[in-house]
Amino acid sequence: MNVPLWLVPALPLAGFLICGVLGKKLGKSFVSAVGVGSVGLATVAAYSRLLPFVFGSRAPVVETVGGWIAAGSFSVDIAFRLDALSALMTSFVTFVGFWIHVYSIGYMRHDESDAGYARYFAYLNLFMFSMLTLVLAQNFLLLFVGWEGVGLCSYLLIGYYYEREYAAAAGKKAFVVNRIGDFGFLLGMFGLFGLFQSLDFDRVFSTAAADPARYAPFLTVVALCLFVGAVGKSAQVPLYVWLPDAMAGPTPVSALIHAATMVTAGVYIVTRCNVLFRLAPDAMAVVAVIGAITAIFAAVIALAQNDIKKVLAYSTVSQLGYMFLACGVGAYVAGMFHVMTHAFFKACLFLGSGSVIHAMGGEQDMRKMGGLKSKLPLTYWTFLIATLALAGIPPLAGFFSKDTILAGVFEHQRYVLWGIGIVTAGLTAFYMFRLVSLTFEGKFRGTHEQEHHLHESPPSMTTPLLILAALSVIGGFVGVPKVIREVFGSAREQNAIERFLSPIFVPLEESVEHALGAGTEWLLIAISVVAAVTGLLLGWNWYAKQDGRIPARIAATFPTLYELVEDKFDVDEAYDFLFVRPFNWLARMLWKVVDVLIIDGLLNAGAFLVELTGDLLRFLQTGNVRNYALTFFLGVVGLLLIVIGFTY
Amino acid sequence: MISGIPLSDVLLVSGGLFVIGLAGALLRRNAITIFLSIELMMNGANLALLGYGAALHSLEGQIVVFFVIAIAAAEASVGLAIFVALFRHTETIDVNEIHLLKW
Repeated sequence: MNVPLWLVPALPLAGFLICGVLGKKLGKSFVSAVGVGSVGLATVAAYSRLLPFVFGSRAPVVETVGGWIAAGSFSVDIAFRLDALSALMTSFVTFVGFWIHVYSIGYMRHDESDAGYARYFAYLNLFMFSMLTLVLAQNFLLLFVGWEGVGLCSYLLIGYYYEREYAAAAGKKAFVVNRIGDFGFLLGMFGLFGLFQSLDFDRVFSTAAADPARYAPFLTVVALCLFVGAVGKSAQVPLYVWLPDAMAGPTPVSALIHAATMVTAGVYIVTRCNVLFRLAPDAMAVVAVIGAITAIFAAVIALAQNDIKKVLAYSTVSQLGYMFLACGVGAYVAGMFHVMTHAFFKACLFLGSGSVIHAMGGEQDMRKMGGLKSKLPLTYWTFLIATLALAGIPPLAGFFSKDTILAGVFEHQRYVLWGIGIVTAGLTAFYMFRLVSLTFEGKFRGTHEQEHHLHESPPSMTTPLLILAALSVIGGFVGVPKVIREVFGSAREQNAIERFLSPIFVPLEESVEHALGAGTEWLLIAISVVAAVTGLLLGWNWYAKQDGRIPARIAATFPTLYELVEDKFDVDEAYDFLFVRPFNWLARMLWKVVDVLIIDGLLNAGAFLVELTGDLLRFLQTGNVRNYALTFFLGVVGLLLIVIGFTY
Repeated sequence: MISGIPLSDVLLVSGGLFVIGLAGALLRRNAITIFLSIELMMNGANLALLGYGAALHSLEGQIVVFFVIAIAAAEASVGLAIFVALFRHTETIDVNEIHLLKW
């Protein structure tokens, strides 16, 4: 069975159209069937292509649907590509996407009207269409369609509860910040077309790889422009500010868009363009440094947040920083590996938090939770597994991917960045266990009414949790480092994911790899595990055992510092002061001065002049016939006098 | 016809008629009187034309006068029709009262 590739994004698009047009009339059951069914079918279609690909020759396939734009030397096709990278992305985008759709049935069912429910699934399907277009596109322009599409859906879904002002504002913020990044991406595309006369992946990458000396100087600029796009989409410093606010959307949306899939698009594009980045070492250094700064910065902010989703949001920003750190040092495989494992455990965490919020009747403040372990056992255990995976506890998925990244950073001799990575790993474990302790351990701190209401979520919500938790456990085994595999008697040089992804790296003449010795690798693993366990135990001890007395004392000792962290380092306020207000002022000035005063003024002055002339001249028109006759007579006399004057 | 009368006398009478007509046209308020005054002005002009025609032994002056009389007749019929319509509409033919075009 050979399903055409275009069908994979087309199915959710059809679901979007049906839900969007007919959903309101046909009710929730119909919308559930179509919304989830279309993504389910897309998943089946995708896997019917992926499995033969993975177990076959793994030769990249390009399927052209037709021409799209042809103007002079510029031509773009609608073409889809199946290679190792897009296969990896598609596999978890469809799979995780499908389970989050299933989860949404349970999560959204009670809250919303038929119209709201249909709108929700229509947007979610549109998102799946855009995301699949993004990962399957064969050229930059088609990718950009998906890129903008996911941005649009992100905006629509963040602002889903549009009657709440902060949700609408958060949607706008996400859109505007993403636009800044997209502008960089557009510039990058212009640059690529200028250099290579094509936007086709194969053409661009092979041309660049064939003559590195010629293109390298320009590629730094182009790669940085593309990276600006990635920074916007993947919420890196300095454009990360939209992602925490994006939590105003429904929780399944946070899981799907703002944790598992869309935000990894930036990592995807950097990995996809690895040829360009590898030819531009300066750009790669920028990527690595931005990634490391984001990782630790967001992790520090996450320490002092009280909203359960905000912690997870900053955690996502931080983990995305890890991925860019990996790409920046050249460990692209490690970056993509982390994208995949992160999709599993972070989606699981968000869905788990959704289950908690659902049980708490919409409460998101962790200070009012506590002791939910016994009330929500399934949620608790899956949440705990995903937390351990995120913290990097062996042998869960996050351990392998994070360790691969850190080993890669160390291998490329970026020791400072490696140190930042280790510290971040410790912080990650700490804030995640703070979250778990505050939410599930201790005594319930909410109202009686809430306590009475507490219940485990329906199967439509717990099934995705179980599946994602299972993947958080086993997902890492495709990327077990060599030293560990040797213990178990595997002699292969590369693990499964390295073998799988190796075709996407066009060979370039690069400096020799600094392979690490087995001893060093074991040491690195030990250090990262120790960091994770330390953070974990500290978080557990401080918040579960001692009810947060020590952190409270620390906060009391350094009130300014604590407040600064709790207020997210006042970055939003700084941006407000530096950009938003000056732009508001500029807009106001353009409105009040340039538009009203100058442009309107000029027009009104012209009109006033005409009116004034008319006002003066109308006194000549008395309407009295005899006056006209007199004027007439005087005119004739005047003319006669002139004639006489000329004659004599 | 008017041989023996010097041209200057003819022109004096003609000018006198014209000025009297002009004064009437400018000063009177009754539309019909104004109309008559304009007729007077035209007749002044006719007289000047006849005088010059005789003085120059040319028929052209008399020919032009015929045209003027014919046009004056046409004008009289149109003008009077306007006055009748005006009177039906406003019940006056005082030109001071008729100033619809006034600002």
